[in-house]
Amino acid sequence: MPGQALIEADGLAVSYGGPPAIVGVSFALGAGERLALLGPNGGGKTTLMRALLGELRPAAGTLAVRGRCGTVPQTERTRLDYPVSALDVATMGALSRLPWWRRPGREDRCGALAALERVDLGDRAGETFGELSGGQRQRVLIARALVQEAEVLLLDEPFAGLDNTSAAALEALIAELAGEGRGIVVATHDLDQARRSDSVLCLNRRQIAAGDPLAALDRATLEATYGGAIVEIPGAGGKAILPSHHHHH
Amino acid sequence: MLAPLGESFMQRAILEIALIGLAGGAIGCWVVLYELSYAAESLAHSIFPGLVLAAVAGVPLLLGATPAIVIAALAIALAARAPGTSRDVGVAVVVTTMFGLGVLLALSPDSPPGVEALLFGDILGPADADLIAAAVLALLVPAALWLLHHHLLAAGFDRGAATGLGLSPGAIEAALLVLLAATTVVAVQGLGNLLVVAVLVGPAAAARQLTRRIVPMLLAAAAIAVLAGVAGLYVSYYAGTAGGASIALAIVAAYLLASAAGRLLIRRPGARPPRPLATIA
Repeated sequence: MPGQALIEADGLAVSYGGPPAIVGVSFALGAGERLALLGPNGGGKTTLMRALLGELRPAAGTLAVRGRCGTVPQTERTRLDYPVSALDVATMGALSRLPWWRRPGREDRCGALAALERVDLGDRAGETFGELSGGQRQRVLIARALVQEAEVLLLDEPFAGLDNTSAAALEALIAELAGEGRGIVVATHDLDQARRSDSVLCLNRRQIAAGDPLAALDRATLEATYGGAIVEIPGAGGKAILPSHHHHH
Repeated sequence: MLAPLGESFMQRAILEIALIGLAGGAIGCWVVLYELSYAAESLAHSIFPGLVLAAVAGVPLLLGATPAIVIAALAIALAARAPGTSRDVGVAVVVTTMFGLGVLLALSPDSPPGVEALLFGDILGPADADLIAAAVLALLVPAALWLLHHHLLAAGFDRGAATGLGLSPGAIEAALLVLLAATTVVAVQGLGNLLVVAVLVGPAAAARQLTRRIVPMLLAAAAIAVLAGVAGLYVSYYAGTAGGASIALAIVAAYLLASAAGRLLIRRPGARPPRPLATIA
């Protein structure tokens, strides 16, 4: 239905069987929109992503996801010494559309190559995944999500560890993919990038704020989101958010 | 050079190790990539009581080994569920128990002589049934690995993201363990309880030194397993050494050679850059 949001959450709570890891989450993501997900490590960003993927069920509230979600994990979670090429990794996206007894065929590999070309890596398809740069690896994982024909892309800290040039190129690619009508959710610690998104969702085990980033991202919201762990960086012309702990949920 | 090929027992031994090598070398690649080498060694040890009971009863070893490996796998799954117990600890507890039980049975007065053959295998004297089982294995394992190839590749690459691709990493790993168990049960008759892990891990580890792609790695591992197996049999023939042990040492030698060659030929991915704790806003 035109105009219907790809994702709608209302009063959503998600748990791992015990007390909820996140509560009171309400937001919507339309086609072509980019949502920045902000919060400390352990604040519930990954929990929300897993709920969007259908791996965790709502403990309370409602969650509607219309369209296939493709996940783009942190490349540091993948194994750099694994014997796969960029094309092998992109082709993995086809598995989500095939029954388990069907192997990806020539058509699927052509689709994977086209997805690599879409992320400007057509000429690196044969290279070993682990030998690509961090930004290129992130693009390969985006290509894998494109092969999945995902309408919603869930990116988990895609800019972590990238230099400024690679991060800017990746951000431009993400904007292009949104421009083609995909919904994009980006978990990030980077406030500048969050401010350039269409909307923002601040999480610290509960929803702190949601909506227009320019309105939502004030100091009080950030302090509530990051538990006051915001420090001035002398000489760096800005602030840094220091995650108070390192649990992943 | 051709003299051993004229001997009937050597022809049968070469056929047995070639069939086991094809299956063991190929599945060994996934054992190495899934970091299951310890599980592979443990599964082999845990079937010892089954082998002894089969020897006592005078039935084919396969009939003893199969239930023993199923019991061991279930016991490991149960032990690993105990609070504060990791899978490694579960494996260690179960394997020690099973192997100890096997030794008790083997040393009892009712046991027939020839426990050495269960521990170290009898590659030079395979029965017809052993050859048939190895041939079935050499067909079944590569066929199953071909069918599951992309699933194994995706789940091993990033287990967490595999779920997002609609895969079930648990089911994929279970299928791999079943194939590993089948390979172990068959190969243990030729190479013995203590040495079978050599053909499962050594050729794959050697192949990994030589290539950065999975399909060449699978082919190289199977080839190394077969060639090193035959080389070991030749050493055994001319030097009068034990067959299984000679094969195990030939595989180790192949690994050392491949390591040296790999250092000269292959560029490895560098270390990861340090990850910043936070981004300046």
